[in-house]
Amino acid sequence: MNKSMIFGALTVAGLAAGAAGAATLDDVKARGKLNCGVTTGLIGFAAPDANGEWKGFDVAVCRAVAAAVLGDATAVEFVPTTGKTRFTALASGEIDVLARNTTWTFSRDVDLKFDFIGVNYYDGQGFMVPKALGVSSAKDLDGATVCIQTGTTTELNLADFFRVNNISYEPVPIETNAEAQQQYLAGACDVYTTDASGLAATRAAFENPGDHVLLPEIVSKEPLGPLVRHGDSEWGDVVRWTLNALIAAEELGVSSANVGEMASSTNNPEIARLLGTEGELGAMLGLDADWAKRAIETQGNYGEIFATNIGEDTPIGLARGLNAQWTDGGLLYSPPFR
Amino acid sequence: MSDTHAQSVAFVRETAIPPAAPPSTAAGPVKWVRDNLFPTWANALLTVAALYVIWLVLSSTLPWILGGVWNTNSLAACREVLDGRSAACFSVLTERWHQLLYGFKYPSELYWRPNLALLLLFFAAAPVLFFDLPRKLLIFTGLYPFIAYWLIWGGTILAPLVALAGFIAGYLIYARLVKASFAKGFLGGIAAAVIVWGIGGYLIPAGASDRAMLEAIPSRDLGGFMLNLMLGVTCVSLSLPIGIALALGRQSNLPLIKGICVVFIEFIRGVPLITLLFVASVMLAYFFPPESTVDLFLRVVIMITMFSSAYIAEVIRGGLAALPKGQSEAASSLGLDYAQAIRLIILPQALKISIPGIVNIAVGLFKDTTLVSVISLFDIVGMIRGPILASTDWNGVYWELLMFASILFFVVCYGISQYSQWLERRLATDHR
Repeated sequence: MNKSMIFGALTVAGLAAGAAGAATLDDVKARGKLNCGVTTGLIGFAAPDANGEWKGFDVAVCRAVAAAVLGDATAVEFVPTTGKTRFTALASGEIDVLARNTTWTFSRDVDLKFDFIGVNYYDGQGFMVPKALGVSSAKDLDGATVCIQTGTTTELNLADFFRVNNISYEPVPIETNAEAQQQYLAGACDVYTTDASGLAATRAAFENPGDHVLLPEIVSKEPLGPLVRHGDSEWGDVVRWTLNALIAAEELGVSSANVGEMASSTNNPEIARLLGTEGELGAMLGLDADWAKRAIETQGNYGEIFATNIGEDTPIGLARGLNAQWTDGGLLYSPPFR
Repeated sequence: MSDTHAQSVAFVRETAIPPAAPPSTAAGPVKWVRDNLFPTWANALLTVAALYVIWLVLSSTLPWILGGVWNTNSLAACREVLDGRSAACFSVLTERWHQLLYGFKYPSELYWRPNLALLLLFFAAAPVLFFDLPRKLLIFTGLYPFIAYWLIWGGTILAPLVALAGFIAGYLIYARLVKASFAKGFLGGIAAAVIVWGIGGYLIPAGASDRAMLEAIPSRDLGGFMLNLMLGVTCVSLSLPIGIALALGRQSNLPLIKGICVVFIEFIRGVPLITLLFVASVMLAYFFPPESTVDLFLRVVIMITMFSSAYIAEVIRGGLAALPKGQSEAASSLGLDYAQAIRLIILPQALKISIPGIVNIAVGLFKDTTLVSVISLFDIVGMIRGPILASTDWNGVYWELLMFASILFFVVCYGISQYSQWLERRLATDHR
């Protein structure tokens, strides 16, 4: 600690010498590590496993960016952030990109001065009820007691939904998802409402998941995506197109298994441009030609990332739903690689 | 006499009857039970009710604990083994114990380093806590912070050596100048230490930590109960001297010193700890360039130390106020100067009075270290709430993990409180 004190003093002395507005891409390359903000732990999206290795849906985005920029998917320093510290961590430059299932809203984009570079998960607020209640639609919930996390947008969405449908409810305010889980199971409320992915994950942890159903109504839009600071568009482009490359790869049928073969033998010009065998897309970003190939090779395409972390074969068991490719009736739509 | 009646009675006893055991109703367990559990009807009813409650509690918890499963590797597997039975899944502890104790990033092959540091802590703390031990052991106590720092963080050994050299230089200058005046010695000592640290800081070659004997571990990789213990020990031991200084400063006759101390104490006491922690983690980041922030651990230590020293100062002020004025007047009349009077007469008595209060603060502070989980440090509660509950394997295990954390905290806090009671008995020379 005394060493830190010395360094602290030296730090103050060397303040002026600190980086003065260098581009984030150059910083990351010089550092050899990507600083990526994630949650302190959200099932399926980001959590360290028993060996301390970060795994999850958001984590894969960080690793893909690191693979594209640095050529090494493990060259990521994961900085855990809470809902309260995430924006300052990004604004102060402690992290280069925040991939922490953050809802893209007007004020966060404009007022907080961030750039959302896309959407990697389309979420929405849903309802979970015990099967025994015999409810099949949220509109039948007149007079129900609802467990709801205080101070969140879900609270406001809930009030809106019930007012629009002219039915009443009784809120049971709770603090965290863990508490909500206990309250709901103990019967303190008839309904638990939060983001649909969270509901699915919560239900998956129940002893008898089959006794509970998710109602079909989704009452809000929660587009979750990675974000970067305003004012460094080059860096924003790198992250945006890395995410797009993962999405486009699924659409084009490029997967981690066949990416090597595709790169050498494809006849599809868009795949060739994506994987860098044709055109100069990598150089335009300030990266080498293989950037997207590396990201796909290490992490898989969007579909593979979805399936390994939160898909139907995992305990969380989320269906693709809105997160299917546009060709399959979902909202995922990558602009062309041209 | 016996001869007289030898014909008229058949038997005369010649020895005393051995004393019989008292009837079972007047001694032994039956009497104890009667006196203590069933002395009156009302008490008997209460006893029965209490026994019933205890039975209710134990009959539901004991099977849950004793029937626990210890060797599965996920909650789903554990529930499969339990097969509908209600019992604990302690296997989360067996699988994740290292994360709970050390955090998830401290390299597992290096666990011996914090372990050794903890072991040495007992040797370092012993002469401070038990003053019957030889005073020479205090030398090791003085060296311990540097050893522990080097063990836990690793890196070049030069850094702790330079820090130690600074302290030694400061002390030597202080010892030389203090005879002239305390202020001169104090300021001179600080100046000497800062100079040594400054020079030493430049002398340590950049990258010395890369080829050091012990691999360097960044603060971000610390976690688990280890982090709680480190924060608790560091902050309590730092805040005691600072608290004493603040308490004395608040009683000072110099308006400037008194003013500073009063404002500091009142300000810190008027602010919740959690806001201070947020300032440490969030606000300070704005004041430093991204690559050169002061270590988060250090920032947190500073904030918690400030917080607890303000409280300890008030406790000690209570102790000082409890001393009759005659004590300091007697010291003055013996020709002792201020420093001597404080050191030899006032503080020993004031601190003795303050022990329960100080221990109270220390125990509270140790438990407050779990608050760092809100600023995304992974102490034991942070580990439970974050990584472990968020893993697909263990989402949904609450009781087992939180019980484990409570047991760890209970053991430490109960130990502290027992020590303080021993200390009070040991120091009880008067009044009682």
